[in-house]
Amino acid sequence: MAESNDGLKTTPLHALHQELGGRMVPFAGYAMPVQYPLGILREHLHTRDKAGLFDVSHMGQLRLRGDDPAGALETLVPGDLRALAEGRIRYTLLTNERAGILDDLMVTRAADHLFVVVNAATKDADIAHLRTGLGDRIEIEHLEDRALLALQGPAAAAVLAGFVPDAAAMAFMSARALEIGGIPALVSRSGYTGEDGYEISVEAARAEDLARMLLARPEVEPIGLGARDSLRLEAGLCLYGHDIDETTTPVEAALTWTISKRRRAEGGYPGDAVVAAQLRDGPGRLRVGIRPDGRAPAREHTEITGADSAKLGEVTSGGFGPTVDGPVAMGYVPASLAAPGTPLTLLVRGKPLPARVATLPFAPHRYHRG
Amino acid sequence: MTMLKFTKDHEWIRVEGDTGTVGITDYAQQQLGDVVFVELPEVGRKLETGKEAAVVESVKAASEVYAPVAGEVVAVNDAVAGDPSLINSAAEGDGWFMRIRLANPSELDGLMDRAAYDAYVEGLA
Repeated sequence: MAESNDGLKTTPLHALHQELGGRMVPFAGYAMPVQYPLGILREHLHTRDKAGLFDVSHMGQLRLRGDDPAGALETLVPGDLRALAEGRIRYTLLTNERAGILDDLMVTRAADHLFVVVNAATKDADIAHLRTGLGDRIEIEHLEDRALLALQGPAAAAVLAGFVPDAAAMAFMSARALEIGGIPALVSRSGYTGEDGYEISVEAARAEDLARMLLARPEVEPIGLGARDSLRLEAGLCLYGHDIDETTTPVEAALTWTISKRRRAEGGYPGDAVVAAQLRDGPGRLRVGIRPDGRAPAREHTEITGADSAKLGEVTSGGFGPTVDGPVAMGYVPASLAAPGTPLTLLVRGKPLPARVATLPFAPHRYHRG
Repeated sequence: MTMLKFTKDHEWIRVEGDTGTVGITDYAQQQLGDVVFVELPEVGRKLETGKEAAVVESVKAASEVYAPVAGEVVAVNDAVAGDPSLINSAAEGDGWFMRIRLANPSELDGLMDRAAYDAYVEGLA
């Protein structure tokens, strides 16, 4: 991909972001729009109300081919990929020997390969890890000539169906190759906002045409990384490097739902013994939702304390939830204090503020269950 | 007679007699984006020049508001605490933060006037 003059990589939509008045910031080595003139608050609310278009082309798109790529990848992730039917998508995790999380990823089973989407900041390390772990039997192709757009919100299905009627009937977490207004694309019904919507992989050279086509619809506004973050936080979704990292296990991160019964029983991935022990005995700590009682947001790294002011944990994501219309956060607390309603204290700028453990998500998921 | 001065950290202070009203500039509110929370100092607190006086939070981040000059807080704007969006809609008017009694009015000489501040902001673009 191209480089801008400040040494940052740019996505195929860079010129369009600038034309739309996007405020560009460095993110994972890329110049990305944190917001457009509408502003984070309205971008967030617009996505929940109608539809937002996000550029997520900084993320890594990989193709894994060879002899049984699903079986091979299962040796590196706890997700059940053997059970994954063609055209279906699974959310799973790359783990290390201590069951720490190296990355979270989306895996789609295509007819003769797996299509994998990984985080921007970790993609080079992921590729190296996959090459080491999978060896010669699996060929890893990094699709650097492809862009990734996300169309999210309750109007997303109607908007996309206006170009390709087949998009409307797709089930949540399924993918298919479709032509959108004549542009070939791999369309996934998935996202990172808690809303119905799509993630669309498209040839870099056609990305701007596709984006302009979608933005021409009155329901669609361009949305920056700022609102992407507040939307995913309200949806209770983890941000890699913040809510999950090499020091957190899938069990501690409350991601045990990503591990099927068969994989719990069989193991066969890095850290499987640690996960099995935590499933058996319960983890020492858990990721939970946190609602501060007042209006003050508690940001990442805010200390969580008990009534005796001993440190219990830290906020890993926190800010203001525009849909909730109040502060929302996620963080780790001792498992004994993870029940919704449990009172906690947050140290915000040295001041103890009352808060409670809250059920996730903060804003209900509205996925298309078909 | 009133005097309006600005800091490099994008605060303004409007001085009448020995008290000054403090807020953030329109440029600052544009940079912050939608303000969702403000934390104001307590009345009676003594502020030091250039030290934290208040906190303003957008969806994305928390930012500090510094005291343009030293002085004691004599009033705070409860309206912005209740409706932080006033800072976006009227940064240099109804969106003021606090009034302070100046400890040393000569400190104002070190701040920018409107023309100098506008030129300073122009240079940041």
